[in-house]
Amino acid sequence: MIEARALIKRFGTLTALDGVSLRAADGRITGLLGPNGAGKSTTLRILYTVLRPDGGEAWIDGASVLAHSLEARRRMGVLPHGAGVYPNLTARENIEYFGALHGLARAVRRARAAQLIARLEMQPFADRAAKGFSQGERVKTALARALVHQPRNLLLDEPTSGLDVMAVRTLRRLLGELRDEGHCILFSSHVMQEVAALCDEVIVIAGGRVVVQAGPDELKARAGTASLEEAFVRLIDPNGAQDGP
Amino acid sequence: MKSIWRVFRKELRETLRDRRSLVTTLIIGPLLMPALIGAVIFMAIRHSGVANTGPIRLTVAHAGRAPQLLDFLRQYQVRVRPVEADRARARRLVEREHGPLLYVPRDFGARLAAGKPAPLRLYADESNRAVQGKVERLSTLLGLYGGTIARLRLVARGLDPQLLAPIALHSIDTSTPQSRAALTLGMLSYAILFTMLMSGLYIAIDTTAGERERGSLEPLLTVPVKREHLVYGKMLAACVVMLVSLLLTVAAFAVTLRHIGLARLGMSANFGPGVAAGIVLGCLPLIPAGAALMILVASYTRSYREAQTYVGLVLLVPTLPLIFASILGLQPRAALMAVPSLSQHFIIMSLLRGQPLPGGYVAISAGVSLALGAVLGYLAGRLYRRERLLG
Repeated sequence: MIEARALIKRFGTLTALDGVSLRAADGRITGLLGPNGAGKSTTLRILYTVLRPDGGEAWIDGASVLAHSLEARRRMGVLPHGAGVYPNLTARENIEYFGALHGLARAVRRARAAQLIARLEMQPFADRAAKGFSQGERVKTALARALVHQPRNLLLDEPTSGLDVMAVRTLRRLLGELRDEGHCILFSSHVMQEVAALCDEVIVIAGGRVVVQAGPDELKARAGTASLEEAFVRLIDPNGAQDGP
Repeated sequence: MKSIWRVFRKELRETLRDRRSLVTTLIIGPLLMPALIGAVIFMAIRHSGVANTGPIRLTVAHAGRAPQLLDFLRQYQVRVRPVEADRARARRLVEREHGPLLYVPRDFGARLAAGKPAPLRLYADESNRAVQGKVERLSTLLGLYGGTIARLRLVARGLDPQLLAPIALHSIDTSTPQSRAALTLGMLSYAILFTMLMSGLYIAIDTTAGERERGSLEPLLTVPVKREHLVYGKMLAACVVMLVSLLLTVAAFAVTLRHIGLARLGMSANFGPGVAAGIVLGCLPLIPAGAALMILVASYTRSYREAQTYVGLVLLVPTLPLIFASILGLQPRAALMAVPSLSQHFIIMSLLRGQPLPGGYVAISAGVSLALGAVLGYLAGRLYRRERLLG
């Protein structure tokens, strides 16, 4: 379970987060939805401990990301934006390296890497150097890397950007399976269809604030529209929606 | 501790996979540099050796006017080449061949016989270093000839020739063969230290600025490992690359200098296995400081390119004390042994001269260098805990 309370983050004079509170439960896929620059990535980066908030607090399974960041990191897998991998290592080595950094014994990380390679259908490129990988191959590698220590919580920043249809499908199927296994999944996106297709819960974020947290249906009901897209537009900009069709 | 080791192994493995950078790091620097410097030293020695001890070719205009003088010069390995030329032609000849050319004027014999100063003209283009050396030797020889005649004249007049030598100056050259060679080999310590530092450049930048640019830094920071341990692992990998480079460079120098055959040319460059081992041990404590400095600077910059520029500039800093030392002719002192890189230079030079420094000096050098490495390493670790690192 992932919780955040009143997160504030400033970059110089810009206030990126202005009191973001949220909750992502186990066994559910929670989508962080918002326009570009709304604060999605900043929120995730505070949750996965690479940024420190100027105010507020957050917990991963009850472990504070500020006071017990190592403990919090142990409990989550992270797919950052861009999915950078080590170009001179193979996909398998990339995965095993993170297993090692999570303290897994050699035999365990070998077995886990092999399992994930099979599960994500990575066999064709698993033992090639990551140098020439396509975006889809990179994301799969980065995802396997995030899962190697079998974390209960999974944070993904724009996981589908740059992926082709087949890769997106594989990713969706995998996230669904992980949800059914009881994992807590929090991912950010600015693509409406994706959120609609995947999420059990949607957090709409705009201008550094959480506008609403609800299920997709409840969201549509609240905005009084039939489509999620229209609901989204109304929620983040109540006036602008009047211009739409 | 285990995580430091794991980061170290991975960074080293990735560096070893990158053929191109490996060639630059371990071939160009450590092997090409000694070969080049060896060639330069070889040329320098051969050149100066010819000028100072070999026979001199001397063109003489109107050789017939001074037969005894030329007989005298021939005894001292001067090969006389007689030509017929007036003054203008002699000058043109020197402009073409640089000289030296000895012109014997018409009244030489007459004035000599009369006991008056007999004129001689020595033409040479002294901007040419090889000619300069020959002119010096010829002047000495001509002075010697003049002195002999003067003494004979005094004896003929019943005077003691010692009257002409009021001072008996003995200049005593205390240089040993080792110290003379070390003078020529001064650039060697510079080459060793610079190559050692340079070899860490690629890995220091690639594992920090490079990692950030490729987007793999952010996921790395989400693993449950203390941030400073990540840096220490990277630093350790840079240290190992630098150590390998140092070993290769010193070994390459040992081989090259042996092949040049300094001993045959009157110098014994003291570069046996013992000295080579001493140089490696003396330079070893500087490695962590160099690695930490480069990683610190590379982590601070915003991009790979910027890192290359800044780390390249920063690498000049450790070489500055060496340049000052050679300009000012600094000698090892306890205070100077507390300057990292300069103290390593002193250690290398003293080993090459065959005059080892006191143990205390070596201890100061090692202690201060290692302490600097620890401080810089700590600072790099602190930097990795700051979010500014992500750029």
